[in-house]
Amino acid sequence: MIMLKEVFKKPTKKSIMKSLIYKEIDELIFGSLGIVIFISFFIGGVVAIQTALNLENPLIPKSLIGFATRQSVILEFAPTLTSIVLAGKIGSFITSSIGTMRVTEQIDALEVMGVNPLNYLVYPKIIALLMYPFIIAIAMYMGVLGGYSAINIAELSTSTDFIEGIRLDFDPYHVTYAFIKTIVFAFLLATIPSYHGYYMKGGALDVGKASTTAFVWTTIVIIVMNYVLTQLILG
Amino acid sequence: MIKIENIQKSFGDNHVLKGISTQFEKGKTNLIIGQSGSGKTVLMKCLLGLYEIDEGHIFFDQKDYQNLDADGKMDIRRELGMVFQGSALFDSMTVIENVSFPLKMFTDQSESEMQDRAAAVLKRVNLKQEAFKRFPDEISGGMQKRVAIARAIVMNPNYLFCDEPNSGLDPKSAMIIDNLIQEITQEYNITTVINTHDMNSVMEIGDKILFLKDGYKEWEGSNKEIFKTDNEAVSSFVYSSDLFKKVREVYLKS
Repeated sequence: MIMLKEVFKKPTKKSIMKSLIYKEIDELIFGSLGIVIFISFFIGGVVAIQTALNLENPLIPKSLIGFATRQSVILEFAPTLTSIVLAGKIGSFITSSIGTMRVTEQIDALEVMGVNPLNYLVYPKIIALLMYPFIIAIAMYMGVLGGYSAINIAELSTSTDFIEGIRLDFDPYHVTYAFIKTIVFAFLLATIPSYHGYYMKGGALDVGKASTTAFVWTTIVIIVMNYVLTQLILG
Repeated sequence: MIKIENIQKSFGDNHVLKGISTQFEKGKTNLIIGQSGSGKTVLMKCLLGLYEIDEGHIFFDQKDYQNLDADGKMDIRRELGMVFQGSALFDSMTVIENVSFPLKMFTDQSESEMQDRAAAVLKRVNLKQEAFKRFPDEISGGMQKRVAIARAIVMNPNYLFCDEPNSGLDPKSAMIIDNLIQEITQEYNITTVINTHDMNSVMEIGDKILFLKDGYKEWEGSNKEIFKTDNEAVSSFVYSSDLFKKVREVYLKS
């Protein structure tokens, strides 16, 4: 909480902050698109195949494959699994880059110059990660597309059945729920790794340790918050 | 001028600075020396405002830093320049971007004015133009130190702090850096405080030397006076090598 208070105190000059935010959007958001697209596509494919292989009863319609894929991807795989993967990618990057600045006295240099290091380093990351729902929307789309492709390639169902399943009983509130979770996870992804990087002590080896600790804690908090938010929003 | 009065600083039970008082004069290179753990770095970090002192006062040209409000403290900070032991250059920026960084943060100069000012100070520290667009890890340690000095003086500071400015450098580069700091101190008429272990620096540029031992001020004087001192702790620290013992003998005979 003390760190967050400092993040919003003594703001950096607007023109500089703008360029820092663009840089963070490029690194954290666009830099993560490749891995998110790859993971989501194949996870969606696996969910669809497993659902299809478990539907042995001829009375259960094949459209259930599309329905199950959509629900799994939108409710859990896209927001939660992607966030856990990105806790490793984005989280480690944030902790190691800020931690290295701490070890090499670059943060002290900012402080001596009269710059608020927390505002300069953490605030642009928080703002950049407000675009995180954009990544998750792409993950949702790619997950469903992966399921559709897998079903067609393995000929486990027809395209018509799958698409019918995707449309079946669609509740837009589930997407809202997923995006609410996403915003909370984005905040956790920006702040927990920053905290571990900023307040780390020691040398190069400790930067590695701090990155691992940040990943573990970000994952734990994401999983706990996932449970709490699900209980609050859907429970 | 920086005046410090009875500075005390503890970390838990560890009482690091035990009532240090002294004065660092303007236009002179003031050196803080002492064994590892004597409190040199903590004293410098207290002067820089990176550590809050427990007791005492720090005066920057009559302004009592402890009694200033947040804006007043910020004004003082903008008059400080610091050269860190490892240079602390921002590795995501080129040399010229590093030097123009304080200008970007705290002035309303145009891009070309900032570039001109940064180029001027880089030339002042004798850095060749071809290095301006390089990143810190693409230049030598000596060049990094020069860039760090350029960044520290780009805002025309009144006070320059250097933490082990020639550590990790070869003797020739170390001498060049020492001389450069002394020249800049006199040319800009600033108060320079250097934290060092290097006895060459003590002999060459120590206008004033403050010797710390176990958190206390053990001795202070100039690089001329240090030859004549009969303080045992200073003698055993400064003249621990045969070479410096001989230098002292020759100096005293002459």
